[in-house]
Amino acid sequence: MSTRLHRGGRLIDRSRPLRFSFDGHPYQGYEGDTLASALLANGQMLVGRSFKYHRPRGFVASGHEEPNGLVNLGAGDRVEPNHRATVTPLKDGMTALSQNRFPSLDIDVGVLNDALGRFLPAGFYYKTFMWPRAFWKHVYEPVIRKSAGLGRVPQGRDPDTYEHFNVHVDVLIAGGGVAGLSAAWAAAQSGQRVLLMEQSPCWGGRAVIDEPEIDGTPASHWVDRTVRALRSMPNVRLRLNAQVSGVFDHGYVLAAEQLEGAGPRQRLWRIRAGKVIAANGAIERPLAFAGNDVPGVMLASAMRDYLVNWGVSIGDRVVVVTNNDDAYRTALAIHRAGLIVPAIVDARPRPDGELVRQARDLGIRIEAGRGIAKVTGRRRVSGVKLCALSGEGSPIEEIFCDAVAMSGGWTPSVHLWSHCGGGLSWDDDRAMFLPDPKRPPRNHNGSPIVLPAGSVVGELRTAAVIGSGARAGAAAVGADAPEILAHDAEEGPFLPVWIMPQGAKTALKRKMWLDFQNDVKVSDVELAAREGFQSVEHAKRYTTLGMATDQGKLSNINGLAVLSNALHVPIPQVGTTTFRPPYTPLTLGTIGGVAKEHLFQPVRRTAIHEWHQRHGATWEPVGLWRRPFAYIRPGEHVHAAMNREVLAVRNGVGLLDASTLGKIVVKGPDAGRFLDMMYTNVMSSLPVGKCRYGLMCTENGFLSDDGVVIRLSEDSWLCHTTTGGADRIHAHMEDWLQTEWHDWKVYVANLTEQWAQIAVAGPRARDVLSKLGGMDLSREALPFMAFAEGKLGGFDARVHRISFSGELSFEVAVPANQGLALWEALMQAGTEWGITPYGTEAMHVLRAEKGYIMIGEETDGTVIPQDLNLGWAVSKKKPDFLGKRAQERSHMAGGHRWKLVGLEPLNRSVLPEGAYVLGHGENANGQRNAEGRVTSTYFSATLDRGIAMALIENGPERMGQVVQVSNKGGQPIEARIVDPVLYDKAGDKLNG
Amino acid sequence: MLTLTCPHCGVQADETELLPGGEAHLKRHGPGSSEEEFEGYLFHRQNPKGPHLERWRHAFGCGKWFLAARDTVTMQVFGTYPASLATPTDEIRRRAGVERPGWGFEPGVPGEPEAVE
Repeated sequence: MSTRLHRGGRLIDRSRPLRFSFDGHPYQGYEGDTLASALLANGQMLVGRSFKYHRPRGFVASGHEEPNGLVNLGAGDRVEPNHRATVTPLKDGMTALSQNRFPSLDIDVGVLNDALGRFLPAGFYYKTFMWPRAFWKHVYEPVIRKSAGLGRVPQGRDPDTYEHFNVHVDVLIAGGGVAGLSAAWAAAQSGQRVLLMEQSPCWGGRAVIDEPEIDGTPASHWVDRTVRALRSMPNVRLRLNAQVSGVFDHGYVLAAEQLEGAGPRQRLWRIRAGKVIAANGAIERPLAFAGNDVPGVMLASAMRDYLVNWGVSIGDRVVVVTNNDDAYRTALAIHRAGLIVPAIVDARPRPDGELVRQARDLGIRIEAGRGIAKVTGRRRVSGVKLCALSGEGSPIEEIFCDAVAMSGGWTPSVHLWSHCGGGLSWDDDRAMFLPDPKRPPRNHNGSPIVLPAGSVVGELRTAAVIGSGARAGAAAVGADAPEILAHDAEEGPFLPVWIMPQGAKTALKRKMWLDFQNDVKVSDVELAAREGFQSVEHAKRYTTLGMATDQGKLSNINGLAVLSNALHVPIPQVGTTTFRPPYTPLTLGTIGGVAKEHLFQPVRRTAIHEWHQRHGATWEPVGLWRRPFAYIRPGEHVHAAMNREVLAVRNGVGLLDASTLGKIVVKGPDAGRFLDMMYTNVMSSLPVGKCRYGLMCTENGFLSDDGVVIRLSEDSWLCHTTTGGADRIHAHMEDWLQTEWHDWKVYVANLTEQWAQIAVAGPRARDVLSKLGGMDLSREALPFMAFAEGKLGGFDARVHRISFSGELSFEVAVPANQGLALWEALMQAGTEWGITPYGTEAMHVLRAEKGYIMIGEETDGTVIPQDLNLGWAVSKKKPDFLGKRAQERSHMAGGHRWKLVGLEPLNRSVLPEGAYVLGHGENANGQRNAEGRVTSTYFSATLDRGIAMALIENGPERMGQVVQVSNKGGQPIEARIVDPVLYDKAGDKLNG
Repeated sequence: MLTLTCPHCGVQADETELLPGGEAHLKRHGPGSSEEEFEGYLFHRQNPKGPHLERWRHAFGCGKWFLAARDTVTMQVFGTYPASLATPTDEIRRRAGVERPGWGFEPGVPGEPEAVE
């Protein structure tokens, strides 16, 4: 059983006890504990269940690489799933729940999967749940969803806040161990801006655990001294609890900082760094032996961390199993703490180094050339069976113990080097993938962005680590490296051991875990290789190796080695999977920062917005704009409001806020020529003071936007665009002007927001405007498609005699600051005719009754003007315009296209939106063929029935035919193909 | 996230200020062009592994379009130049040539697929 020792623990303050709970049980820890160390101090070794077999799981590590100790942290709206207990500072009152167990951690029914483990190999899901097909939706998926997944999602809104920092630095150093500190020291002397970030709450990395001698003093003294010196320098910033998360192109770096106290909970640093020094260390490798997942088996370095940092012993009798000298430090520390090391099982035939000799001198039994055949015990280690490393695993003897410290050597954390393309090379002697200095990730000027240092370049001895850090720091600023002397125990060579024993048969391999969380074992990787998954990326996905929340930090290298062995190719040839940021998961809150709710994106409001708000408008987002959808009166249903608005326009007069329509002025000697290229029809011939409806296509021929163009003067035109299209069309014009016709004399300005625009529509429209007075708006003075400027009731008005409703209609534009006053004046003037503000939905119904198309409804990026019977607006005479060549292609010029028609449902209902017009037979996927689709469908208050527009194959030639329209979950609906213009075909009202 | 220096306003712009515009120096083929020419203009892109001449707009800055010579593998930027130039500047071509010996600028001609290691 793990327990707190009476002495020791450099990070805890025993005078400050803290209370916390785990799975409802109250516990006590100390200030300075992590949740993991406090749980272990209370003897809580079992902390979770594995993903697939629900095997009991205990802590295996002490840092971010921990795969097992994941908890639901917090309560209520502050629940955070998958929190690694090993890096969670203990707080008073903290509550945590274990994950992936049902009904409880101690009794878990999912463990049945473990008994059936033989029948649940790699790829089991792919092989099994394929048939019968119908079972997937109703049986397999619900069950898998219930049993899969780790944490629980918080139910409420996150009450915490988050923020972003944007900073520029010359040198960013990731990792505050002795490599990072010496790099910071070396770089800081130059006076350049240095930022040093350490993910844990304390400086010094592993050196302060083992206390080698640095610069003639114990490491912890040197660390304190160096941190103090750096703190005093104005050009240096230091941050603890801040993890460099990812390195991106051209030295862009993200880092996540955990914050304390009031204010934001987490901070995302968005850093532009001239150089990034990756001094983020190495992670110890587990060894693959049977039963290496039993709670009580832990990384040797982690066991030492718990002992030295938090005064926690993992067991009274600890067997150490290793292939290197460093694990001897753990054995020595345990021995010094007064606990028992029954044996050090060393895979090497003749271990010999300073630490080995110390252990031997202390009388610790060393079993050389041996391995562990099997760990006994299920919920807790009860012993280990020794065997010869080179054999098949027949036991020599069983040693009783309650914990096992394992060390398979160290794996450099090359993530930051690799995130944006740094190459790796395999070092055979050290059995490590190391940064290849010839293939660094490069900055915009070709210089390396990342300088790796310390254990990241494979250095494990203090003097080499610190020297490499100092050199990297100096190189980052172009200076000479300071010399920092260090001394630690001399070490013997390490021996790569990928499985233990080396001749193990399948029965043992089925119990050798590679990925503890996802239950990937040596046997699974070998099976994947046998089944043809030779690429490491494929094997990863087939077995789920390295796909757990630790993203392979513990498991990948052992998995690669097993795969390489199974494929009989060397490790470098197998290669690694891709290292992708973030280094550990970021919360969505951190990524979002302050960009939520009203700060998520800007909202564009017209000058009349507040009036709409006060008069019952429900809003429709159009791009960033908010437009009134309908104005709902007290007690009124939205459908009733829409119908009332439609009828008011048809029978009296309505007002629409059309300010959001794009308004782009095109001016200059070549403006006419330019617009003739932009639009499918001719705009250069438009007389001054006249309006013309125009279409814009892409070079691929597809309809992109439409709107009315007005010639304001000899050399200037005003182009209306759709509400959503203004910025896009403005950019489109700029693109062609700047990059293709850069010598044309044209100036383009987007004046959308400068003008408020109000459509006054309906038989009484002229009466209302005449009441304001000041301009002659008679049919003779201002016929349909004419334009006039003048003083209208004291307003500086531009009056367009255009219509999107089919009624007599004027669109009046005034400078935006006069918009609200004009609107109110019109409402006042129109009282006697029952003037009614109408929203976008009524506008849609009105235009659909009239057969007018809407960009985004009738068009979807595959529709050409000719499909919409708008061929009349496509010039045959112009030699060129954007899209002309494309529309000459056979599939656009030929027949069998889906073309615009109206649809009249025989039962007068409203057709479903997006419904298909059913054709004959089935396609290759066994789906009913379609011969068209509904593009717009509404209830027409004017006609008192459903109306629709649709694109149907050869539709205009099939007038009067009855077609079948799909109806999700019901019988198809019959509808007759009709002319899309259902209202005032002759245009008498329009011209009124 | 890339940084590119806008040749018009001189700002070293972050990628979030910029809008990408695909391959540069395409020759527009309009009415009268053959099917092959038009297909090439509309759809065929060099997509090289190595130096790439590409269009960018300083959309959230001065608003100007410009062109950049960027190595798609190493992300090195050999230079940026106004969109009105028909070819990259001599200096840009020299720099790209130093890093990628044998690279030459030929608009509309797909480069050798294995131009780089």
